[in-house]
Amino acid sequence: MSDFVSDFWHLYVAGISLVSIIACLILLWFTGKAKAMTANDNTTGHVWDGDLREMNNPLPRWWVGLFIITVIFALIYLAFYPGLGNLPGKFGWSAQGQYDAEVAKANEQVAPLYAKFQAMPVEEVAKDPQAMAIGDRLFMNNCAQCHGSDARGSKSFPNLADADWLWGGAPEKIKETLTQGRMGVMPPMAAAVGTPEDVRNVAHYVLSLSGSPHDSLRASLGKSKFGACAACHGMDGKGNHAMGAPNLTDDVWLHGWGENAIVAMINNGKNNQMPAQASKLTEGQIHVLASYVWGLSNVKPAAGK
Amino acid sequence: MDSQDNPPRKIVPITPVAQTPADAQDSTQEMVSLYVAHNKIYPRSVQGLFAYWRWVLVFITQIVFYGLPWLEWGQRQAVLFDLGARRFYIFGVVLYPQDFIYLTAILVISAFSLFLFTAVAGRLWCGYACPQTVYSEIFLWVERKIEGDRTARMKLDAANMSLEKLFKKWYKHFIWIGIALWTGFTFVGYFTPIRSLGMEFFTGNMTSWEVFWVFFYGFATYGNAGFMREQVCKYMCPYARFQSAMFDKDTLIVTYDAERGEPRGARSKKADPKTLGLGSCVDCSLCVQVCPTGIDIRNGLQYECIGCGACADVCDTVMEKVGYAKGLVKYSTQNAMTGGWTREQTWRRVLRPRVLLYTGILLLVIVALFSSLALRKPFKVDVVRDRAALARIVAGGQIENVYRLQIMNAAEKPLNFKLEAEGLQGLRIVTETDVQVPATESRWVSVRLQLPYDAAQPGSHPIHFLIQSYEEGRQVVGQIEEKSVFLVPR
Repeated sequence: MSDFVSDFWHLYVAGISLVSIIACLILLWFTGKAKAMTANDNTTGHVWDGDLREMNNPLPRWWVGLFIITVIFALIYLAFYPGLGNLPGKFGWSAQGQYDAEVAKANEQVAPLYAKFQAMPVEEVAKDPQAMAIGDRLFMNNCAQCHGSDARGSKSFPNLADADWLWGGAPEKIKETLTQGRMGVMPPMAAAVGTPEDVRNVAHYVLSLSGSPHDSLRASLGKSKFGACAACHGMDGKGNHAMGAPNLTDDVWLHGWGENAIVAMINNGKNNQMPAQASKLTEGQIHVLASYVWGLSNVKPAAGK
Repeated sequence: MDSQDNPPRKIVPITPVAQTPADAQDSTQEMVSLYVAHNKIYPRSVQGLFAYWRWVLVFITQIVFYGLPWLEWGQRQAVLFDLGARRFYIFGVVLYPQDFIYLTAILVISAFSLFLFTAVAGRLWCGYACPQTVYSEIFLWVERKIEGDRTARMKLDAANMSLEKLFKKWYKHFIWIGIALWTGFTFVGYFTPIRSLGMEFFTGNMTSWEVFWVFFYGFATYGNAGFMREQVCKYMCPYARFQSAMFDKDTLIVTYDAERGEPRGARSKKADPKTLGLGSCVDCSLCVQVCPTGIDIRNGLQYECIGCGACADVCDTVMEKVGYAKGLVKYSTQNAMTGGWTREQTWRRVLRPRVLLYTGILLLVIVALFSSLALRKPFKVDVVRDRAALARIVAGGQIENVYRLQIMNAAEKPLNFKLEAEGLQGLRIVTETDVQVPATESRWVSVRLQLPYDAAQPGSHPIHFLIQSYEEGRQVVGQIEEKSVFLVPR
């Protein structure tokens, strides 16, 4: 509650609140005492525009009672809840506190459910319809922003529903990815590869690895220069899960297909990050989510759904 | 401020009422408080045509209100507003929050019914059907059974506390609170299944919110019908005030025939009023005693008058007793009173443009509501494009767009759906096209559409989904077309 930079404003706001409330009571007391003149025909005696006479229709006295109740309510409210300047009130209530309490309560309610799933291996959880319904919602709220609502990703965001894995598709690897996040680094390799012509040749060699359309002469020239890439992608170009180096021999093109895309990648490199989820999700949620992601490529959906 | 720059302003003086010299005396004016003290009203019991109809309405409305939640429809409560699950069951219809438009239609119908009834017969709603009137009537009946009629009640209130008074008061409040709590319980029963609510009550398992609302509505009923009564109509109710805007000179109002009644005065039964120079009003003040809002109808139409006709009933009884013609206080219109119209003439004025217009609009909205309910499909579909990927190129040179379809089943049985996508040559769904959604539930389905690379120009292309629902045996129940777009990247 440090919205004010100086104590003056805290006192100023609190003072105005209290003075207004007390002023209401004074007004009520004053109007309760005051009397007004009426004519004998129950009008106030005022006439507008020649013939409009103002009737005297006074407020019922119990209405004042309601007004006093609101004043009492205001004072009680201000005593127990924040509202008077910076004072937190007797209950120490805050929106953040209520949110935390509600989250804690909800977590407590679902804890046994997650405990049940956590005791099961990922392969089993992936077959549990209830767990997968939870996993689907978790995925929609936390993963679909990048990987798409069908988990098939888009350019630079990996497809999670195929069998191709950058960092390994074993359940514990998926969990590791979720918990710690991943940082994929492709350094600019132009200098290591050689001249721009060499770079183009290597690009055609990479295309040839997956059997994509390519210039076979350039590919054969590029093969000798591929050694610069082999440190990470391997001599056979099949990549390396340990460092997240993609397999270049399958027909999956995460960052774009074609000679130009590959040349740009070799020249400029790429940093691609999967953010860590450990601070956002509980262990139980990560377990269910890992099972969901694992299940996308390992469990056939039940027929007839 | 420079007064020369300002044009002269028109000044409307506030002047005291032009009074005759006699009136101008100070004795005719008085100093009064800004607030008026509450004057308890003891309405006298009344019998007659309008009282009969008032009781008929009390029974109709209360049988509906108390009885409806107990009706069963198949396996569930016939009328249930399940706020938690956001499903609203009204007999055979299951409504989603998306069906809010029907509530709007019902509100429009209610509003125009109010306009229509008010234009024709004044505050009919206030006098006969409003819960405030109805519950006041019920509570008054209890009061009368225990404490006696007007004079007995006044005497009891004025009397010192005694064992008898204590007993009567406690007895009355006991019954009142019972009725009030039952009302609160019934009200909550529209939102929580009333049978399980009853079980919860007996086993002490009601949730704190259910308890709160039962007591809240119970307290509101007890307070409004037991204590506030006409105060609600006079000071709180907005309808009471704006209904006067629907009045015209052909609106039926409870009127006192001043021409016939005045000059009023008591007289011997045998005396001829003409020779005494008196009108028909015997000044028995019964019309004031029966009035639930405590006004004197002989002062003309007043905003407090809820149009219940109690004064007309009681005056007719008196007129009959003294052998005069009935109808000194009666339902009539301003035009009929001033013009001395016959019944037929008055009736003819009912068919005036204002009434016909209200009726026309009312019928239109009613027909629209029911035909739209009858033609309503048992399911709804929302198409939401995937928020992450606009479009992507996948194996085989296909362009892929992803959609999320929310299929809401408003039927009380599982429905099977078949999905199709149309609007572009070569467009096809690559995900599952057969979907099942359980009864009254909604389901999100991811749908991927693919289009060959060169089949369309880069840009946005309008397409639509065709969703057909089947029953067992592949009988088509209904189909819905939902628009969307397919994006082709550059």
